[in-house]
Amino acid sequence: MNGLRQLNTHLRGRRLLYFSTFIAAAAASFFGLLQPQVVGIVIDVGIGKKTWTGAPWLAAQFDRLNSQNLILYGALFSIALMAISGFFMYLQYRWSAIVAEDTSKRIRERLYNHLQNLDYEYHTKSNTGDLIQRCTSDVDTIRNFLSTQANEVGSGIFLVITTAVLMASLNKPLTFFSMAVFPILFLFGYIFFSKVKILFSATDEAEARLSETLQKNIHGIRVVRAFARADYEIEGFDTKNIEYRDRSFHLTKLLAWYWSISEIMCFSQIGIVMAVGGWWAAGGKITLGTAIVFFTYVGRLLWPVREMGRTLTEMGKAMVSLRRIQEVFDIPPERETGAYQRKIRGEIEFRNVSFQYKNQRPVLRNINCKVGPGEIVGILGPTGSGKSTLVHLLPRLYRPNEGRVLIDSVDAGSWRSESLRSQVCISLQETFLFNRSLRENIILAAPEIADGLIETSTEAAYLGEVIENFEDGYETLVGEGGVTLSGGQKQRVAIARTLIRLPRVIILDDCFSAVDTQTGANILAEIRKRFIDTTIFIVTHQVSTLKEVDRILILENGGISHEGSHEELIRGDNLYRRIWDIQNVPPETDLI
Amino acid sequence: MSAMVVLMIIVAAIEVVQPFIVGWLIDRVIIPENFEYMYLFVIVFGLLGIIQAANIFVLIVIAGKLEVGICYDIRKEGFNRLQELSFSYYDRTPTGWIMTRMTSDITRLGDVITWGFVDISWGLAYMLIMAITMFAVNFRLAMVSLSVIPPLILITLWFQKKLLRGYRKIRNVNSRLTAGYNEGIEGARTTKTLVREKRNTREFEEITNTMRRRTVRTATVAAFYLPAVLTFGAVGTALALWRGGSALLAGTGITYGALVSFVFATAGFFEPVMELSRVFADLQYAQASAEKVLSLLEEVPDIREEGTKPLLKSGLPGIEGAIRFESVDFQYRKGEVVLQDFNLEVQAGEILALVGESGAGKSTVVNLVCRFYEPTRGRILIDGIDYRKHSQVWLQSRLGYVLQTPHLFSGSVMENIRYGRLEASDDEVIEAAKLVGGHDFILNMVDGYASDVGTSGAKLSMGEKQLISFARAILVNPAVFVLDEATSSVDTQTEEAIRKAIHRVLERRTSFIIAHRLSTIREADRIVLLSKGRIIEEGPHETLIRRRGAYWELYTRQLRLESETRLLE
Repeated sequence: MNGLRQLNTHLRGRRLLYFSTFIAAAAASFFGLLQPQVVGIVIDVGIGKKTWTGAPWLAAQFDRLNSQNLILYGALFSIALMAISGFFMYLQYRWSAIVAEDTSKRIRERLYNHLQNLDYEYHTKSNTGDLIQRCTSDVDTIRNFLSTQANEVGSGIFLVITTAVLMASLNKPLTFFSMAVFPILFLFGYIFFSKVKILFSATDEAEARLSETLQKNIHGIRVVRAFARADYEIEGFDTKNIEYRDRSFHLTKLLAWYWSISEIMCFSQIGIVMAVGGWWAAGGKITLGTAIVFFTYVGRLLWPVREMGRTLTEMGKAMVSLRRIQEVFDIPPERETGAYQRKIRGEIEFRNVSFQYKNQRPVLRNINCKVGPGEIVGILGPTGSGKSTLVHLLPRLYRPNEGRVLIDSVDAGSWRSESLRSQVCISLQETFLFNRSLRENIILAAPEIADGLIETSTEAAYLGEVIENFEDGYETLVGEGGVTLSGGQKQRVAIARTLIRLPRVIILDDCFSAVDTQTGANILAEIRKRFIDTTIFIVTHQVSTLKEVDRILILENGGISHEGSHEELIRGDNLYRRIWDIQNVPPETDLI
Repeated sequence: MSAMVVLMIIVAAIEVVQPFIVGWLIDRVIIPENFEYMYLFVIVFGLLGIIQAANIFVLIVIAGKLEVGICYDIRKEGFNRLQELSFSYYDRTPTGWIMTRMTSDITRLGDVITWGFVDISWGLAYMLIMAITMFAVNFRLAMVSLSVIPPLILITLWFQKKLLRGYRKIRNVNSRLTAGYNEGIEGARTTKTLVREKRNTREFEEITNTMRRRTVRTATVAAFYLPAVLTFGAVGTALALWRGGSALLAGTGITYGALVSFVFATAGFFEPVMELSRVFADLQYAQASAEKVLSLLEEVPDIREEGTKPLLKSGLPGIEGAIRFESVDFQYRKGEVVLQDFNLEVQAGEILALVGESGAGKSTVVNLVCRFYEPTRGRILIDGIDYRKHSQVWLQSRLGYVLQTPHLFSGSVMENIRYGRLEASDDEVIEAAKLVGGHDFILNMVDGYASDVGTSGAKLSMGEKQLISFARAILVNPAVFVLDEATSSVDTQTEEAIRKAIHRVLERRTSFIIAHRLSTIREADRIVLLSKGRIIEEGPHETLIRRRGAYWELYTRQLRLESETRLLE
C-alpha cells in the first residue's frame, strides 16, 4: 500500500476536490434513484389512488394534488430529479478530470524537472525508451485510475448502498430477493478477470513476439534480400501470426463464456425480482408502484456491478505504475555544493586529481597541471586515456575522486554550478540538436542575445556558408522532421552555440572530429582572434591543429606523460612526435 | 456476417421485449391477481435468458473469429508484400511507419470491421424494433415518447463533433509531450553544459499547461454529454408517464402494463444513440488507418520479375560470374545522378577492389550488381545475359554479401551463420567459421556457437560481427561475392583474419570488395578507383602505385591514417 501513500502525496492540494468528487457521485446516485420512486408515486397515488409506502417525505411533496395534476407534477418532478442527478454527475466527471489532470500534470513536470537535474553521468547511460515509457504511459495509467477507475468503483459502491437503503425502506424481504444474485455477479467478474489476467498478458506477449519478428525482418531486410530468404522469413512470421491469432481467439472464447454466463445471472436476478415482486404485488402484499421501483432499481444496478469486478482487477496496474514512477524519483539528483560566483579570469589548476567512474578502473591518476588565463592547451592521447574525462571535470560535469580542480584558485566544487557552467563552456563531440530552427539551436543557452552576435559566432564556427545554402537560412528546421545536418555541420553548430555565450573558458572536446583538418584549423584561428584573453582547451587527434596551441599535454594511461609546446615536443620522442612524423615525412617504405 | 446480423437482431429483440414482458406481467398477473400466468412468465423469461446467453456466446465467438481472421490475413499479406518491396522503398520509409501500419493499424481495422459492425447492427435493430413494438402497442403514446429521439440525435451529433475535435487536439499535444520528454532525456547532457535546465523546464511546462487546458476542456464537454442525454431520456419517460398516466386515468384504451412498458422503454432510448455515435467516431478514426494500410498493401515493387515468376532455387541454372556493366546510368532520386554511362567488365573469378572517397559510387555499383536496384538506363550482363531476364532469386541465391554495418539477427551465433544456407549442418557452419578465422573467438564466448548475439548483434564488436556475417556469406557457396568493408577500424587480429579469409575463400569467385584498409585492397586482382561515379584509375596495385597518380595519393594518405590510428589505440 506504499503506492496509495505516494498517490496521496501526488494529490496534494487537490485532495478536497477529489473528496468532493465522491460526494458528487453519491449525490448523483441519490437523486437518480429517487426518480423511479416518483414514477411509483404517480402510478400508486396518482392513478391507483393508494398511499405511497415508500419515503413519506417524498410522497409529501405530492399531497393535496388532484390526480390529473399529480401526474403532470410527477412527470416534471422526475425530469427535475434526473437533471439534478445529471448536474452532480457533471460535477463528478468534471472534478475528477480536473484532479486527474492536475495530478498528472504535476507528476509530469516533476519527472521532467527531476530528469533534467540528474547528474551528467546518469545521462551517459540512461535508457531513453524506458524513461519515456514511465513518463507517459505510466502517468496515463495513474490519470485513468484517478479519473475513471476509482470513480467507477466509488460511484458503483454508492449506487449499491443507496439502492439497498432505498429498497429496504420500501420492503425488506423483496430487497433480499432483489440483491440475491449481485454478490455472485460481482465475484464472478472479479474472479474471472483475475484468472484471465495471465492470459491477457500471454496474448500481449504473443503480440510483442509478432512485432519483434516483424521489426527484426525490417531491420535486416537487406540481409534477407541478399540471401533470398523471403520464403523462410514469411514462414517464420506466419508462425508468430498464427500464434497471436490463436491466443487472441482463445481469449475471446473465454470472454464469450464470461459474457454469456453473466448474462444468465443478470436474467436470473431480473427474473427473481419480477416473479417475487409480481407475485406479491398480485397478492396485494406490495403496491404495483413499489414493484416497478424494484424492477427499475435492479435494472440500474446490473451494469455497474458487472463492470466493478473487472475494474477492480485492473486497478492493480495503477499501483505498478506508481512504483515505476517512484523509482525514477528515487534516483538521486545532482547535488549543488557551492555558492561561489563571480567573473572567471581563466586560471585553471589540476592538483593531484584522480578520477574513476562508478565501479570501474581509474581513468585519471594524480594529474597536476596549471594553466594561466588566456592560454591555449591542446590535449592528445590514445583512445581511453582520459582526455575527455579530464576536460569534463572543469565545468564539474564530473567530480574528481581525489585532488582538486581549481578555477581562479577556487575549488570547482565551491562554485555555484550555474555560474561555473555558464562561463566554462564545453562543446561536445556528439552534438545533440533540438527539434527547432537553426537559429534557436544556436541561441539555446542565450535566447536574449543580439542578432549581431549570432552572426559573429556562426562565422567563427565557419557555419555562415552552410546556413546561406539552406532555403530558409537561420529559420531552417533541424532534427526530426527537418533537414539532416552532416556530422561536421552539427559539430560546427555546437561550436557556434558555445561561442555565443562569450565563455571565459572554452573547451572543445574532440569536436573537430568530423570537420576537415583545414576547417578545424581555421575555426581555431578565428576563436583565438576573437577570444584573446580566454583560456581554451582543445582535445583533438589532428596534430596540424595542435601545432598552433601554446601547450600540448599528452595523456597516456590516465597520466600526463609529456607536455610542452610544439617545438619542444618535436625534439623529443613522444606520441606527438611520432604522429607528426607520420603526417609529415613521406613514406619511404616500398609501397609495392 | 449475415449470421452476425441475424444474431444481433435477436439480441436486440430480446432486449426490446423485456419492458413489454413487464407490461404483460402487470396486465395478466398483477392487476387481475391471476397467479396462473406466473408459471408461464417464469418459463418464458427463463427461456429468453438462455437464448440470450447462447446468442451472446455464439456472437462473440463468430465476431472474434472473424476479427482475428481479418487481422491475420491482412498481416500476412502485408508481410508478403514487404518481402517483395525494393530497397528504394525501405530507403524512403521509416521502420516505425511500417511497424505502426502492421501492428496497431491492422488491429484497429479488425476491431472496427467486426465489432463496429456488431454495434451498428445492434443499435439500428434495437431502435427499429423498439419503434415498431411501441407503435404496435400504442400508436399515440409512441408518437409522443419517440418525439425525443430526433433532438437526442442532434445533441449527440453536436457533442460528438466537439469531442472528436477535442480528442484530436489532445492527441497532438500528447505527441508533443512525448517529444518533449525525448528531447529532455536525450539532450540532457547538452542541457547541462548549456545550463539550460530551468528554461527547459519552463518550456516543458507550457506543453503540460496546454495539455491540462485541452484535456479539462474536452473532459468538461464529455462530462456534460452523458447527463444531457440521460436528462433527455428522462423527458421521454416523463412524457410517457404524463400522457400515458392521463390516458389511463381517463380510461381511454391504455393499460397499466402498456404505461409501465413505455416508461421502461423510454429509459433505454439513449443507449443505442450513444452507441451508434461512438461507433461512427471509431469509424472515422479507423478510416485513416485503413488508408495507410492499403497504401502499404498496394505499394508496387520497383524491381519486378519479367515474365517468369521466381522459380524454385534448386532448378536454377548455374552462374559462372562474368559481369559486365554496359552504359549504365543510375539515380536513387530524380535529379541526383550517381552513375552516368558507366562501363565495367569483370571476369569470372576475378577479385575487384572498389576504392574512392565516400559518395564516389562504390556502394551503388555493388547494389546494382546484387540487383537491389536496377539501372535506370543501360544494362548489366551476367554471363552475357541481361540479368533482368532472370528472376531475382536466381542471382540472390548464389550471392555472398557482407554489409558495411554487418546486420545480425537476434539469436545464436549458429543461427546467424546458418542463415546463409538453412540446411547446413552444425559441422558445415563451424567449417565456415573456421574458414573466415572466427572459430576461436566464437569458442571463447560464454556458450560458444549457442551464444546469443543480442539485438542486432549488440553484444559483439564490429569486427566480430563482420566475421560472423562473412562466415554466413561463405556458407552460401556464392558465385558472386560482395564485401562492403566496415569504415570504422577493427582490431588487428580481426583485420588479419579478414585478410586471410579473402585470400582463402574468394578464389574462383567473382568478388567485389569495397575496401578501406590497405591490407584488404592489396588482396585484390584489380583495383578500380572511383570518383564522382566515374572510374579514374584501374589496374593491379603495382601498376597504379608506379603511376603515382590519384591511387598513389589515396594509398599513402590511408597509410598515414592507419599508422596514426595504431598509435592512438
